[in-house]
Amino acid sequence: MTYDVHRIREDFPVLGRVVNGHPLAYLDSANTSQKPNQVVTAVAEHYLLHNANVARAMHTLGAEATAAFEGARAKVAAFIGVSPAEVVFTKNASEALNLAAHTLGQHLRLGPGDEIVVSVLEHHSNIVPWQLLCERSGATLRWFDTTAGGQLDLEKARAEELVNDRTRIVAVAAVSNVLGTVTPMGEIAAWAHQHGALVVADASQAAPHLAAAGALFGEPAPDVIAFTGHKMLGPTGIGVLSANYELLEQLPPFLGGGEMIEVVRMSGSTYAPPPHRFEAGTPPIAQAVGLGAAVDYLQGVGLGEIAAYERQLVAHALEVLTQVDGLRLLGPLAPPRGGTFSFTLHTADGLECHPHDVMQLLDGQGIAVRGGHHCARPLHERLGIQASTRASVYLYNTVAEIDRLGAALAYVRDFFGGSK
Amino acid sequence: MNEAEALYQEIILEHYRQRHHAGLRPGDAEVHHVNPTCGDEVTLRVALDGDTVTDVSYDAVGCSISQASTSVLTDLVIGKTAAESLDLERQFTDLMHGEPADEDALEDAIAFAGVAKFPARVKCALLGWAAFKDALARALGEQHE
Repeated sequence: MTYDVHRIREDFPVLGRVVNGHPLAYLDSANTSQKPNQVVTAVAEHYLLHNANVARAMHTLGAEATAAFEGARAKVAAFIGVSPAEVVFTKNASEALNLAAHTLGQHLRLGPGDEIVVSVLEHHSNIVPWQLLCERSGATLRWFDTTAGGQLDLEKARAEELVNDRTRIVAVAAVSNVLGTVTPMGEIAAWAHQHGALVVADASQAAPHLAAAGALFGEPAPDVIAFTGHKMLGPTGIGVLSANYELLEQLPPFLGGGEMIEVVRMSGSTYAPPPHRFEAGTPPIAQAVGLGAAVDYLQGVGLGEIAAYERQLVAHALEVLTQVDGLRLLGPLAPPRGGTFSFTLHTADGLECHPHDVMQLLDGQGIAVRGGHHCARPLHERLGIQASTRASVYLYNTVAEIDRLGAALAYVRDFFGGSK
Repeated sequence: MNEAEALYQEIILEHYRQRHHAGLRPGDAEVHHVNPTCGDEVTLRVALDGDTVTDVSYDAVGCSISQASTSVLTDLVIGKTAAESLDLERQFTDLMHGEPADEDALEDAIAFAGVAKFPARVKCALLGWAAFKDALARALGEQHE
């Protein structure tokens, strides 16, 4: 069956909008993806017809809401190939990573002399929780560097014995949200496991492209993965932390409150088993239902089909972007890479077209991209730049949109080059 | 010309290409301001002689709007009294919020009127001005101690 992107686009009403007098070209899915009718309808139907609190309302609607919420958990579990009890719902990837940092830190009794390893290409949400954990525990934060080509520098890391017997946790993004780099997760996990360290994968940019990313996780698999729903066609306000049940069972609670308890006495409380132990308070019920619908949508289109189509988009974008004079593409210049393209742009006489200005002029043409440091300031500092412009593609983008981007970037460059 | 192009008045592009009074020189107070959402940063110094602003120097990274706005600011306030510069700062801030402003007093800065239409960019235009206001207050505070 051929991949019919135009048929898919019909499911996303926003893609039919005219923005600033031009048809919208939405190239900012690494920031947040658009939502298909199916997801919005699932959320609306939940609120309009099945709304009740979960796990405590005993009436019919309560049973329906609980079944929908737990049903969504089962869908997400099947999607990433784990059992439902291994899926913890959070509000986003940041909360999932904070949950991991808090509970692993306590479980491992981290202290001075222990080391946590991240990488310089991480999103702030996979840096700051670990910095905070180091501040609390006295552990030391270390990090993988990147090569000039934007790959994680394993060779340098091995030479300096970055991962060693002091290492307790290694937390790395499976796919960079700036460079599109696919990190060697399997190799990293093998190395970490040799030293008894646990591996946390920030899968925020991998989960939306799971067929491509799934294979990339490699063997052995990371111990904990975190991702968010809104980048994979789901609603905002829902994220996922997943880990092996035996590990989850050993972890202490994160937030305290309703639903995460077993028995509460004034003298002390006992806690529910995973995953509910980590879900204090009324959870994002409708958002979970929406994420379940997003998973259904992605599987309906076909994960393999999406991956194959995205490979075409990535190849086309590489071809178009590398032909724009004055454009310097950051990150891998050839596959395998994710569909996230960050770059700088200079005029013929060397003036930098600042990413915010590039973004603004592209927006004037209906093309939505992101300008800034993309919540990865350390990476930009490492690359010796202040900011970059980022275009990112997803299953609903077209080669024609990428062509429009290429032409518009040449126009922006010349606008600042004085030849407008 | 679309609205986005109209934002980039020739005066703004000229100041972006050739920033006036750029670089750090001795001053009576120094501040460092950042725009955390976009990463624009400015280190700015103010030098006073009595009540008169004798120099504004700065080291900044950021978009054309923030760079040009800071450049225009230095042209406007150097040589003015503290009270006059604070009045300009108020007028420019009003302009950024879409309110009427004194075109004669704001000179080149009036070119930034279009920024008011782009709420996400107002902070860019105000970065240097907020830093100036802060540095001026500190420089005046130093004098009175």
